[in-house]
Amino acid sequence: MYHKDGVSYYVVDGHVHYWNASPDNRNRYGEGFIECFYNYSSALSPAEWVWPYEKFCKYTEQDLIHDLFETGYVDKAIFQPTYLRDFYPGEGFNTTERNARIAGKHPDRFILNGAWDPRDGAEGLRVLEEKAHRYGLKGVKLYTAEWRGDSRGYKLSDPIAYPYLEKCQELGIVNIHVHKGPTIWPLNRDAFDVADIDQAATDFPGLRFIVEHVGLPRLEDFCWIGVQEPNVYGGLAVAMPFIHSRPRYFAQIVGELLYWLGEDRLLFASDYAIWSPRWLVEKFVDFQIPEDMQGEYGTISVEAKRKILGLNAASLYDLKVPDEARSAQVGT
Amino acid sequence: MTTRHAAWAALGNVLDPELDEPITSLGFVASLEVEDGAVTAELRLPTYFCAPNFVHMMVADADAELRALPGVSAVRVGVAGHFAAEEFQTEIFPDMADLRLVFRRKAFLAAQSRLVRSLGWDADTLAGAALADVPPSPLAEAYGRARERLGLRGAWLITDPGGARVPRDRLARHLRFADAVRVSIEGNAEHCRALLAARYPDELGGVA
Repeated sequence: MYHKDGVSYYVVDGHVHYWNASPDNRNRYGEGFIECFYNYSSALSPAEWVWPYEKFCKYTEQDLIHDLFETGYVDKAIFQPTYLRDFYPGEGFNTTERNARIAGKHPDRFILNGAWDPRDGAEGLRVLEEKAHRYGLKGVKLYTAEWRGDSRGYKLSDPIAYPYLEKCQELGIVNIHVHKGPTIWPLNRDAFDVADIDQAATDFPGLRFIVEHVGLPRLEDFCWIGVQEPNVYGGLAVAMPFIHSRPRYFAQIVGELLYWLGEDRLLFASDYAIWSPRWLVEKFVDFQIPEDMQGEYGTISVEAKRKILGLNAASLYDLKVPDEARSAQVGT
Repeated sequence: MTTRHAAWAALGNVLDPELDEPITSLGFVASLEVEDGAVTAELRLPTYFCAPNFVHMMVADADAELRALPGVSAVRVGVAGHFAAEEFQTEIFPDMADLRLVFRRKAFLAAQSRLVRSLGWDADTLAGAALADVPPSPLAEAYGRARERLGLRGAWLITDPGGARVPRDRLARHLRFADAVRVSIEGNAEHCRALLAARYPDELGGVA
């Protein structure tokens, strides 16, 4: 919970990781991958928040708990797994299994999400069902651009993906987080393309599709889909840290999102440990659209900030919000 | 005989297809050498995992620009610090024409947005305006270039990327979407610049 000027903000961090990118768990791709993450972190964080590289590769459970809950104002954090076994042949990068060990010790703090890849076929469906029961999954994180063998990724609109979406609906895994944006391996086509979300969202109105990184660098395509599909949401991971290093661009991005999607379909996220929630939450609550841009974008209200920081995610994941932080409008 | 200066200028014609900016001003040219008609250039990128299809386009375009210079006998364009660096030298990439078109259309809308916002005209004026009504400016020139790259020839100022005039009743929505395209491209360019600076902190600006 974050308190400022008499207002209580319930905070859900919609995108956190507990990864292992240490040298004994990675190959050269894994090394390139974590270096890339590290550059994201150091490029867009305030200087005092940039970690030594070694710590960034493998931080501790204590770091995670401290940065999210003890000092980061986070009430609930959503673990989004990133398996990347081809890069991290030891135990994978950030798996549901690894996350589950932490979540099990702090059951009131974490939401544990799963993952699937439709190229796993019938066996993947069986594993999904098993994990759904074991972990009580309510959400999954998908990487449509990931290479596998000769495959250069898939689309959610591909026929192989539909049995998985149907299975999610059946199992009550209603929150489908899709990674679009800064990517892993796209080659032969535009893996940032968000058009596949459009069709899946139409065909599965009971599921919610949370487009991570708000489709950056295809913000406009994401906005266009969001206007047409009421069950499409935007996750703000990667967009958030612009608030520090490029505040006017942050204002433009938020302005566009508020115009096209509105304040009810945007979710705060730090992408921890790339960035840390403390400074993001503080700066976001203090943030306002610059005056010279208000003619185009208007302003962002306290109510909108409360929704984005936590109340919208609380609705998606049926979280109980303390009375002091409830919103009259959201009504959770 | 081609000089390094001429080769640098030629690379200035190579655009990052997503960002619609020259690779020279983005800081993507790590080194450039010209010796007896042999040109060797090395590109560098904001991340190890920058989308290979776009990197491929920049390599192919740089190669073509350098080969077109008078007196050039050999060209080699390499990529430093990218997971697919070797494949850019050896693999035959599929035709990227469709993807190029997608980004030319986006660049067109962004250029239109910049020009329209700078003009400050009301919707009725914009809807009825011809290209010839626009006073010369760098933004007008940039819009002209974006039109050329799409092969657009018509006389109306506000068209869609296919060249069709945007009717008055759809104008506000059209321009609003063009704004979103502009914000997306410009925000992305900022992102790439920040990442490049984090990756090559000591080398920025010293290349040209």
